[in-house]
Amino acid sequence: MTMPSSAGQNAPQRSLGARLGNNRDFLGFLFMLPAAVFLLCFLTYPLGLGVWLGFTDTKIGRDGIFIGLENYQFLWSDSVFWMSVFNTVLYTTVASVLKFALGLWLALLLNEHLPFKSFFRAIVLLPWVVPTVLSALAFWWIYDAQFSIVSWSLMKMGLIDAPINFLGDPTNARASVIAANVWRGIPFVAISLLAGLQTIPASLQEAASLDGASSWQRFRHVTLPMLTPIIAVVMTFSVLFTFTDFQLIYVLTKGGPVNATHLMATLSFQRAIPGGQLGEGAAIAVAMVPFLLAAIMFSFFGLQRRKWQQGGGD
Amino acid sequence: MATVQFAEVKKSFGAFPVIKGVNIDIEDGEFVILVGPSGCGKSTLLRMLAGLENISGGEIRIGGRQVNNLPPKERDIAMVFQNYALYPHMTVAKNMAFSLMLNSAPQAEIDKRVNYAAGILGLTNLLDRYPRQLSGGQRQRVAMGRAIVRDPQVFLFDEPLSNLDAKLRVAMRAEIKELHQRLKTTTVYVTHDQIEAMTMADKIVVMHDGRVEQIGSPLELYDRPNNLFVASFIGSPAMNMIKGRLDPQDPMHFVAKDGTRLPLTRAYANAAGRDLVYGLRPEYIRLDPNGYSVPVVVTEPTGYETQMVVQFGGAEVSCVFRERIPARPGENISITIDAEHVHLFDEQTGMRLTA
Repeated sequence: MTMPSSAGQNAPQRSLGARLGNNRDFLGFLFMLPAAVFLLCFLTYPLGLGVWLGFTDTKIGRDGIFIGLENYQFLWSDSVFWMSVFNTVLYTTVASVLKFALGLWLALLLNEHLPFKSFFRAIVLLPWVVPTVLSALAFWWIYDAQFSIVSWSLMKMGLIDAPINFLGDPTNARASVIAANVWRGIPFVAISLLAGLQTIPASLQEAASLDGASSWQRFRHVTLPMLTPIIAVVMTFSVLFTFTDFQLIYVLTKGGPVNATHLMATLSFQRAIPGGQLGEGAAIAVAMVPFLLAAIMFSFFGLQRRKWQQGGGD
Repeated sequence: MATVQFAEVKKSFGAFPVIKGVNIDIEDGEFVILVGPSGCGKSTLLRMLAGLENISGGEIRIGGRQVNNLPPKERDIAMVFQNYALYPHMTVAKNMAFSLMLNSAPQAEIDKRVNYAAGILGLTNLLDRYPRQLSGGQRQRVAMGRAIVRDPQVFLFDEPLSNLDAKLRVAMRAEIKELHQRLKTTTVYVTHDQIEAMTMADKIVVMHDGRVEQIGSPLELYDRPNNLFVASFIGSPAMNMIKGRLDPQDPMHFVAKDGTRLPLTRAYANAAGRDLVYGLRPEYIRLDPNGYSVPVVVTEPTGYETQMVVQFGGAEVSCVFRERIPARPGENISITIDAEHVHLFDEQTGMRLTA
């Protein structure tokens, strides 16, 4: 029996490049590199810079120095900041609840056998497809103090005497921006929940109706429990989008009247860019992080696979 | 328990008719199987009985009461679906109790009925499991348990065994039949598997293309198929069909296309001069040293019997022999026909000819 000759001894010496080209670890690192660079440049660096700025007194045109928690101490006693926190929470809560209720209702309707079903499904997506600024401008016009089509229609119908001051009155302004946000956000919720509804086998509904369930009981005992995992995902995203909303408010009210519609995102921008206080603006933005983390934690635990979703095994 | 009648029942999807006037009478406590190839309308007919599809024409009666326009929940029927349709977010016990819970039955009554059904089906230890944690056969039993708990007038089964493996299917077949003997509830069962139909049914309804081809007990269908469709659908391996005509000189003989003369035991009226099909079940071909010498095409020994395909009468003919035969493909064997069991069909109309 002859010993098999060692490949290393007989094979010609290969170049460093060729050897690295066959190294799985090196190749893996190489393929990962572009994504890592991208994430570092456009995600980690701006986030880190934002957090850092929050600890400095940087102004536009002037490098700041580290001042510790001074920005946060100032915000703690700033009533406008607390107003924006209240506004953001109110805006997110009311808009999310409305988007969920209306979105679910729309999804249930679209899940029925309607004529022109795909046409309606496409139409529902429209508000989401239109650029935010464009739809915000349309709402701005709809909410105009003099030329509002809503006021005009109601006056023609004889329901009101004078135009409604949509954006000039604090309560009206809050309701108006929430309505605009709901209009924009419904398609995302509706279409996502519709996708969820379609994963529920028709035979389950049929079995339930043979079991004697009314349509409400079928919804309550079959549809809703089976939809909860998707509801959790969709509403987490919806809450995150709503909480960080900026464009709609900025176009419609710029935070007014008297800060009644200032959200944390718009206040942060307001203080940092037009106001020039980059450090303070960054601190406001960083103050949003705990709220967002809370939403993510909520979904993380809410999304954990329920017992009935777990597969086989004893 | 109740009788079920279909009277001239029709169904079309748009302009496309799928059920073309079906008449079936099902007696109280009977186990009836609707069988036919895919797309013959058997599942649609069952769903119409359940109230899951509306009826385009005719009348369906359960226990003498017309149910055409009753919603499913008022028909007092229970159905086992092909995919079982168990509620994935409920335990086995809750799945079975669901209908009683909707009816606001007292908890003691619910427990009693669920435990009774679980006892019958051997599910007592699985009541706290979720459907995902069960095997296919167990899920099947839960689906049946959900039906039993209801104590309905009629059980409906829609291809309940087709998602199970072959061995389990045979076991569940026996279980379902035993269950029926025990509960004696009128049962309508849909399958495309003629063996299921033959082994389980009191009465088989063979359907094809939206029509009923024949109704009868399993052996009636096997021994006296009305037409070529039923003859070829019932029985495995399928009946052999040899094309040809009667011998003009001797009406007691059939001449196949290749000239082979095959025996008949009866004289058939109106058969002379027409294109005919000579129907011969594989088990009515016997070995006989003095018979026809035919070449073997395929041989399939199963141990218990030997199935063979031979070239005979211008066709490939299946035979089933009790003997073990050493002949290999290409070699010849000698066979004869049990002419007493031959069926003669008109090739044009497909109908069976009577003597």
